[in-house]
Amino acid sequence: MHAQLVSRIGQSILVLWAAFTLSFVLLQALPGDAVLIRFLGGDLGLSPEQIAELRVLYGADAPIWEQYIVSLSGFLTGNFGYSVISGTPVATEILTNLPPTLWLAGLSLAAAALLAITIALTANLTGFAPLKAALENLPSLMISVPVFWLGIVMIQMFSFQLGWVSVINPGPWEQLALPVIAIAVPIAAPLAQILLRNIEAVSRQPFVQVARAKGAAPAHVLVRHILGNALLPSLTIAGLLFGELIAGAVITETVFGLNGIGRLAERSVRFQDTAVLQAIVVISAFAFLLINLAVDLLYPLVDPRLRRDDVKGATA
Amino acid sequence: MTYAAPLRAPETLVPVLHLPPVVLAVENLSVAYGTTRVVDQVSFTIRAGEVVALVGESGSGKTTTAQALIGLLSGNGRVTDGAIRFDGETITAFTERQFQALRGKRIALVPQDPGSSLNPVRTIGSQVAEVFRLHTDHSPDLIRREVLSLFERVGLSQPELRYDQYPHELSGGMKQRVLIAMAIALRPDLIIADEPTSALDVTVQRRILDLIDDLRREYGTALLLVTHDLGVASDRADRVVVLQKGRIQDSGLTRDVLSAPSSPYTRQLLADAPSLAAVPKARPVIASNARTVIEVQGLEQQFRTKDRAAFTAIRDISFSVAAGTTHALVGESGSGKTTTARIVSGLLRPTFGSARIDGVEVTSLAGEALRQFRRKIQLVYQNPFQSLDPRQTVGQIIEEPLLNFSPVPAQERKARVVALAERVHLDSALLSRRPAALSGGQRQRVAIARALILEPSILVLDEAVSALDVTVQARILELLAELQRDLGLTYLFVSHDLAVVRAIADTVSVFQAGQQVEQGKVEDVFSHPSTAYTRQLIAAIPGATLTSRPKQPNA
Repeated sequence: MHAQLVSRIGQSILVLWAAFTLSFVLLQALPGDAVLIRFLGGDLGLSPEQIAELRVLYGADAPIWEQYIVSLSGFLTGNFGYSVISGTPVATEILTNLPPTLWLAGLSLAAAALLAITIALTANLTGFAPLKAALENLPSLMISVPVFWLGIVMIQMFSFQLGWVSVINPGPWEQLALPVIAIAVPIAAPLAQILLRNIEAVSRQPFVQVARAKGAAPAHVLVRHILGNALLPSLTIAGLLFGELIAGAVITETVFGLNGIGRLAERSVRFQDTAVLQAIVVISAFAFLLINLAVDLLYPLVDPRLRRDDVKGATA
Repeated sequence: MTYAAPLRAPETLVPVLHLPPVVLAVENLSVAYGTTRVVDQVSFTIRAGEVVALVGESGSGKTTTAQALIGLLSGNGRVTDGAIRFDGETITAFTERQFQALRGKRIALVPQDPGSSLNPVRTIGSQVAEVFRLHTDHSPDLIRREVLSLFERVGLSQPELRYDQYPHELSGGMKQRVLIAMAIALRPDLIIADEPTSALDVTVQRRILDLIDDLRREYGTALLLVTHDLGVASDRADRVVVLQKGRIQDSGLTRDVLSAPSSPYTRQLLADAPSLAAVPKARPVIASNARTVIEVQGLEQQFRTKDRAAFTAIRDISFSVAAGTTHALVGESGSGKTTTARIVSGLLRPTFGSARIDGVEVTSLAGEALRQFRRKIQLVYQNPFQSLDPRQTVGQIIEEPLLNFSPVPAQERKARVVALAERVHLDSALLSRRPAALSGGQRQRVAIARALILEPSILVLDEAVSALDVTVQARILELLAELQRDLGLTYLFVSHDLAVVRAIADTVSVFQAGQQVEQGKVEDVFSHPSTAYTRQLIAAIPGATLTSRPKQPNA
């Protein structure tokens, strides 16, 4: 276990480094830089000499390999540089914008899991065949709904027409309600699909028949025997979907006017704020790795077959 | 081993008054899936303490009958006709809720495959405790004590340790003991054992059947034993019901049915069942100057386990096989017989030792030489349902090995496939079909044809008939004998089934835990086993009571 963990952490570091390097190269390949965008506009009336001075200040004039080394060693020591746009340290920008995004992602994932399990259980427990068929087809519909469209439609309905969620100065929970739903719906779709498929597969296992033969009711068998086994493969998918949550945050935060990493990313792209973008890429990669490492570590807890204990005296 | 004897006596000597009460009466039961009738007018009764065997091959409706008894027909299955009376009450039209009160408490099930019959993510203890939780209001403490004493009763060592273990930590035999503990937990009136030992090694099978027998006698439980194995039925049942395609072919006292079957089907079953009691058909005499084609010397294979410890799968295996003969590797699961066969086939390189095929040292072959070597030795696997690509046609499957070697014109390839299909008695109309359209026996013929298309001199048959019904198995064994006679093939026959080995092999190596404990000519090993292990293996084979074979009208 320990050797495995060490090797996983090693791999993660390698992936982080690759993410850093790739994003660095790509960002450098863009024509121009943030200093030019911000100060060349002429509104500020800076002379070319002054701009050149600013470029030296931000390190934008050094050769690429030198910038790479400086930037990489900065990351290693926790110094992410300064945002060209706001002038604040990147670390501060990230720290203020990260918590709302994490809340949004976490709540969305929880809501998606809840939605997926509800769909799967209801489809399997209902004795009403048309409802079962409808629920089994629901995920395909849900996955086809674009987040931005659903977001706009929901704002129209719940905020403007029904007035349930206020648009101006909503409370902290109130402002999260609609975005969470908008993200949860498309995320829940693949989870529900996999869960439905797995429940069907596990139901055919002989141990399910044995549980029925003990006198257990179908609902009891579904919850106590089938669900636990059917959830296992969904765990991996849930880890992978977390990446989509972060990507989805860019759209959702823009549509709903929330502050967060998504908005920050969108702003930084618009102004080519390389330092901030670089930090966002690395931090997103880090979060993604962390979640998937957590999923891997979680597996042995939910599936006893993956625990590496010694098998004790297994003889007939 | 005729535990049943005392129970038979009253039925034949004493009038009806002294018979134990009828626990289960099945009257003209018919079951259909959709519009397909799979059980047709089946009737039988079981009295308290009695063992009735429901015998049949796959598709005979024996498992469907058992499922109908506890209201657990799968999918669109339903009882279309007849009645099931349990303890005097008609349960045919019971609701799900009424059945729930019955299942596990008064009618219990011992399932077929212990490996997949326990929930892998819940502890053994909690799964047995569930029976008590569902049907009693015992306190958790009392339930735990009950479960522990059940574990002790079914012969599980270290009950306290087992309680918190998970299924994968137990062997197949131990899992079946757990499932039996579940079945007897509430002292049911009827236990349905659906092929309870088919997935187990023969020595374990015997211990498990003995255990079920002991418990049945102790508690006076009625037992419905569903089995494909006439030997098991003969050894364990008071009465047998023989099913074919959903209809009863024979029914009555075990000794009557098996010594004087009234239906041709039962006679066929008896003739085809491999049994030690049967006198094996004479094998062609091996010429004493026959050339040795397989020569194995001091094979040892080590595997690294996950914790990097070396595990020795086989050690010091040596045998030789003369051309045109059959050498069998027998042993229980994990004994190393398949590992040995893989080394001989050039699929695995041993840690030590040598394997010479026709004078060629297989263990040092590599690259192109190894590829060319494969023409000489081909494999047929156990499960014909998994060893054929479902998307290829039968013709493509048989032809494929030819495409891997020097080009043969399409015309000639086709001719060879057709000729070979005829050789294995496969209707050439089937060549354009896909495996899904074929029966198990037909698929195994396809697998044999595929192995023969390269005209090898040696076939390695890895449990090649184990997954087949007895009548199909008998036909495939006949085919193998015919091919060997006509083509002079040498067989390396891997099997756990000593009765089959006796019928088709000339020489045999007996494996136990990676060691070859005995080898020699089949007659010698079977009639004078020199080790205790071989004696134990032979004694454990069911069907010792199947001594008197019925006369074959048209054998």
